[in-house]
Amino acid sequence: MTTQELDTLIDKAFQGDRASIGRLLTYIERSPLDASRILNKVMGGEGGGHVIGVTGIPGSGKSTLISKLISRYKEQGLRIAVVAIDPTSPLSKGALLGDRIRMQEHATDPRVFIRSVPTRGVKGGLSFSGVAMIEVFDKLGFDKIIVESIGVGQTDIDIMNLAHTILVVTAPGMGDEIQALKAGIMEIGDIYVLNKSDKPEANRTYAYLDFALETGEIGSEKLKWRPKLIKTSAALGQGIDELVKAVEEHLEFIKEYGIYSEKISARRRYMVRLLAEKLFTEKLEEIDEEIDIANRDIYLEAIKLINKVVSQLG
Amino acid sequence: MGGATDILELLKKSKGRRIKVLVAKLGLDGHDRGAKVVARALKDAGLEVIYTGIRQTPEQVVETAIQEDVDVIGVSILSGAHIPLMKKLMELLREKGLDDVPVLLGGTIPIPDIPKLKELGIRNIFLPGTSLKEIIKETLEAALERREE
Repeated sequence: MTTQELDTLIDKAFQGDRASIGRLLTYIERSPLDASRILNKVMGGEGGGHVIGVTGIPGSGKSTLISKLISRYKEQGLRIAVVAIDPTSPLSKGALLGDRIRMQEHATDPRVFIRSVPTRGVKGGLSFSGVAMIEVFDKLGFDKIIVESIGVGQTDIDIMNLAHTILVVTAPGMGDEIQALKAGIMEIGDIYVLNKSDKPEANRTYAYLDFALETGEIGSEKLKWRPKLIKTSAALGQGIDELVKAVEEHLEFIKEYGIYSEKISARRRYMVRLLAEKLFTEKLEEIDEEIDIANRDIYLEAIKLINKVVSQLG
Repeated sequence: MGGATDILELLKKSKGRRIKVLVAKLGLDGHDRGAKVVARALKDAGLEVIYTGIRQTPEQVVETAIQEDVDVIGVSILSGAHIPLMKKLMELLREKGLDDVPVLLGGTIPIPDIPKLKELGIRNIFLPGTSLKEIIKETLEAALERREE
């Protein structure tokens, strides 16, 4: 792609041409160099978007909940982008991306843009390109940028590096209070959502979560934000008003305490770190054969390997 | 007919770049077993598959193809309404400038309808009994040909 082609594509994307936005995201996915060229053109300053991370166990209803949020934000006249992350198979490298099934009613709305992103072997699930896409959506003027993570239980905490507001979604009957007290995902939420609350056992699960939130120093901020617990039934459309309200309260809170901009800086540092990791790991895999297994000082061998990677990347 | 070796050769040709396919159920038709089996098979062959779910309008399919910037569109129809639905879909694709995206169709299609569908610009029509290997092979070929353009 020549610089001129890239400029034209970016111009068209900023004019709102959806096919150009789609293509721009593909270039970001395809090559770190193109991604870097694109970001170079669009970055600088803050776009003003509110990045909402949605994580939580598989099957808790994240996609359906997001669909309901989109409906509310549309009513408010906002523009919404969704980055929906689904896992890549470690064996075939293929992926079946199905998050958007629950959001297809919004597919044709000009204010909504939904993009599915496979994890492509990144351990926490959030790839460099996923974060770079957030940056682009922000600059394209989307008001709400919703990131749906793969939701693999307790390890899916990378989302805290990039979202302004984190929703942790759970459902009744997914373990007892000890699960709720464990380290990991149950610590990072700004808002905890007990979805499918029309199900039996919902009250008991609510009590477990409430207990965990009350007793612990649980919560992502050392500051004055107390994580909220909201009961919803996305499929029945219940509790969505309360959830939207809680999300707005959190946004106001982080703006008031200057955390909003801090989080953007953190997200950009994270993006660069992810790119560094990606470049390093790919080169490391490339020179796998050069590792000297006869060298019994494996620490030294590891350092030699690092130097080799660095010299080849430079 | 595609053997496993053909598929491996085609995958090699993709040179590590991932191929993205849209699998869509078009129209008022809830018979999604076939589409799901195909989606799964394409995933297992190393492709990235966007699955839309059932009862999609042509507008939804085209918009999804735009947002996801897919290499190939695969449609499944078992309702009998394939002619009007595919006609509308192909028109919309042209209108939106996506006429270079190959479209494949699978389902219960009467043989006399095949020439008409081909005329609409549909690249492949897979009838009941088509092997998954053949579908994978044709999908890969469609994606790679578009790329070489």
